[in-house]
Amino acid sequence: MSAVLPSAADAAAPVRQSAHWTDRVAQAALLGVALALVALLALPLLTILLHAVQGKAGEFVALDNFIAYARTPALLTSLWNSLWVSALVTLIAVPLAFGFAYALARSCMPYRALFRGITLIPLLAPSLLSAISLIYWFGNQGVLKQAMTAVGIAEIYGAPGIVLAECFAVFPHALMILVTALSLADARLYEAADAMGTSAARKFFTITLPGAKYGLISAALVTFTLVITDFGIPKVIGGSFNVLATDVFKLVIGQQDFSRGAVVALLLLAPAVVTFAVDHYVSSRQTAMLTARAVPYRPKRAPKYDAAMTLYCSLIALLVLAMLGMAVFASFASFWPYKLTPSLRHYMLGLVDAEVGEAFLNSLTMAAGTALFGTALVFCTAYLLEKTKGMDGLRAIVRLLTMLPMAVPGLVLGLGYIFFFNAPGNPLNPLYHTLTLLTLCTIVHFYTTGHLTAVTALKSLDSEFEAVSASLKVPFFKTFWRVTLPICTPALVDIARYFFINAMTTISAVVFLYAPETKVASIAILNLDEAGEIGAAAAMAVLIAAASATATLLFMSLAWWIGRRTQAWRGNER
Amino acid sequence: MAKAVEDHAPPNGAGVAPYVIELRRIRKEFGAFTALHGIDLGIRKGEFVCFLGPSGCGKTTLLRIIAGLEVQTSGEVWQNGHDISRLPPAQRDYGIVFQSYALFPNLTVADNVAYGLVNRRTPRAQVDARVAELLKLVGLPGCQKKYPSQLSGGQQQRIALARALATSPGLLLLDEPLSALDALERVRLRQEIRALQQKVGVTTIMVTHDQEEALSVADRIVVMNDGVIEQAGTPMDIYREPASPFVADFVGKVNVLPARVASGALRVGALSIPCDGEDREARVYLRPEDVLARPIAEGDAHVFDARIEKIEFLGSYCHVKVAAPALEQNKLTVYLSLNYLSEQSLSVGSPLKLKLLPERIKVF
Repeated sequence: MSAVLPSAADAAAPVRQSAHWTDRVAQAALLGVALALVALLALPLLTILLHAVQGKAGEFVALDNFIAYARTPALLTSLWNSLWVSALVTLIAVPLAFGFAYALARSCMPYRALFRGITLIPLLAPSLLSAISLIYWFGNQGVLKQAMTAVGIAEIYGAPGIVLAECFAVFPHALMILVTALSLADARLYEAADAMGTSAARKFFTITLPGAKYGLISAALVTFTLVITDFGIPKVIGGSFNVLATDVFKLVIGQQDFSRGAVVALLLLAPAVVTFAVDHYVSSRQTAMLTARAVPYRPKRAPKYDAAMTLYCSLIALLVLAMLGMAVFASFASFWPYKLTPSLRHYMLGLVDAEVGEAFLNSLTMAAGTALFGTALVFCTAYLLEKTKGMDGLRAIVRLLTMLPMAVPGLVLGLGYIFFFNAPGNPLNPLYHTLTLLTLCTIVHFYTTGHLTAVTALKSLDSEFEAVSASLKVPFFKTFWRVTLPICTPALVDIARYFFINAMTTISAVVFLYAPETKVASIAILNLDEAGEIGAAAAMAVLIAAASATATLLFMSLAWWIGRRTQAWRGNER
Repeated sequence: MAKAVEDHAPPNGAGVAPYVIELRRIRKEFGAFTALHGIDLGIRKGEFVCFLGPSGCGKTTLLRIIAGLEVQTSGEVWQNGHDISRLPPAQRDYGIVFQSYALFPNLTVADNVAYGLVNRRTPRAQVDARVAELLKLVGLPGCQKKYPSQLSGGQQQRIALARALATSPGLLLLDEPLSALDALERVRLRQEIRALQQKVGVTTIMVTHDQEEALSVADRIVVMNDGVIEQAGTPMDIYREPASPFVADFVGKVNVLPARVASGALRVGALSIPCDGEDREARVYLRPEDVLARPIAEGDAHVFDARIEKIEFLGSYCHVKVAAPALEQNKLTVYLSLNYLSEQSLSVGSPLKLKLLPERIKVF
């Protein structure tokens, strides 16, 4: 044994542990994940930046493109249109959703699960489904066209249609955030207020509203961002009303003006990044608000109030069903509006004549691929980040990259993919136009939500599992396989379902990336609509919704089956 | 606190079991905060050592450094004569039980206990036999097929112990293993852990903030505070001969009285006790049980009058707070038996005579 170290050694560099070979495996895996995320996310986004400061010939032009943009009145009009439409939708949809969420979380209204289920239906179809429905209700041959002109709106195409359709499309998103916010109430505050004889209105303004403040901010920001970056609805019902999202498409696909397209893309990125930053801040405040000692709020029966809430929710649910129902009805109508007898004409036309059948198969393939590989990538990455050690610098970068997709609208991501993967010098160029790239793009597009689900599941596990395994000389991957993965299967199914549904319904990212043979169903709907085949478009949208609904049911039964097989140990949990 | 770091490891002399674990100048910094200021400690084969201290004293950090779960900023960890300072946890030899038990919830008790055995390519029958043996050892035979969630906290703790011992490690690390249990279960389990440790003979380090727990199970207690070792010694040493005011205060109850050392005597109020040392202000540390109410004979030294101010009834014994004119009205807590109180019909306000045991007084 050596003698006691001289004191000079105290000033030496900190002791570093030598890595076990299993640590090296984990680090190599993390490196792999980092490279994948850089190639699939960071580089495409950087390419957009690059294009924004390049001229037609690829020369550096600093901010010339931005200046040129600011001098184009047509484009400025689009910017203004985008802004006010998004703001208006936010002003309408968020209060409506707040009322609905309030009824769900704070009343004893009957059939709450049913009401909630109905309002979540729009998530199963591409957002443009509501636009198609609106055309049937209020379009030139719409059922309620007369009524609409009577209130002074000349036609649905343009701003009115976009606003109305977007309200339906974003409603479930805002609702989910607000329900969460309103469910996090501390009953003790209300009991204290009651003990002091506080009026209902005062309780609402002094306890409820401040408590849900962060949820409201978050819902408003998410709504605004979803609307400003949505492509499908303005494309279908926007008519000659231009917005940023449709501009990007026209500039890049129509005019091949990559530089200006990049500028608009950056404009779209701005609100999303702000939303992301604020939301991040807000959610950290939100969790800090509710302490572990809070007593959950339980609504009490109040017949009149409950009845009023039921009435309100029924009205909203009815509107949602009317939207969906019209699309379903019209998709089966033989010849709108003259012959409404049911037929499968539109389905035949869409699936056979317009070869949407193939697109539909592509969609299913892509959705399955996204669900499978996306879940695997998301979960493994989350595991490596949460449960392994070493390479702290790289870890921080990967963490950032996993959160970034939340701040990147699909349209911007898709644009980045064209710029990056279509570049002749890129060794990954062969991927361009393939279903593989569409799948990868979709995985990245919806990455963050899956990641957060995985992280939540992993964080709920005892943090010492890995330490125990190491002390028992069991490599981490064995514990991953035997313990971590089985415990997290419910979360995995959730992530897979989320990926699948979104891959079925997404338009914005993939609209730049498909080739004729890799067209997916949601894009095929756009094309049918463009060709004037709105009946077929409605039919295909209904078909996607049906597929998504079926998939949801399948995933739910899968979760149930897995739960019975692998979660037996949860049975007697205290 | 400017305090020299003492070498708490006794010299590695002949006739004494060699150190199994030796810590040399272990220092740990978290950014600007120094959690451990150069810890030196040796632990002998078969010893049961408790790291005792208030939360934030660095005891858990030290345990995790021994386990390789944290990396010391500087200093060395030696095990069985090998420098293991840089080895990852998987290459060190120890079993560990955490406060949370960290049992794998989706595996049965048998699979949990066998977790480290299966990996070592042991034949199945042998694994099963070893699991049965371990479960018997921890007093839970026949619960192989149960899941952790079907067991009580104490039972889960025993399974965690069985799992840690399964691979017969040379060192057992226990990180506050009893703090999640209720009071009765803690007392029972700590004796079981001690008995088990004696039976298996495994060198054990337990981290705890509960001084009673440490006193009752340890061969040696290492009292830590603010990242330094205040004292390391047998439970009796720690209790009877605390090396610092902190130790005296942290381990057991103690009365603290202002005093003065002057011309060869310690003066506590009106009492005077022979004491050498320079003249200075001092503080006297006096355990409640070292102030006697009986037997007091006529002519005994260090006897003084006191008056009862408060009686805290705790069953067979009472904590009695007294004030004594001889102590300049400083309050003193003494332990009196319930029998004595009722024999003498003592209640709040009653006068009584008390006697100090000067040899038990600690002066700092």
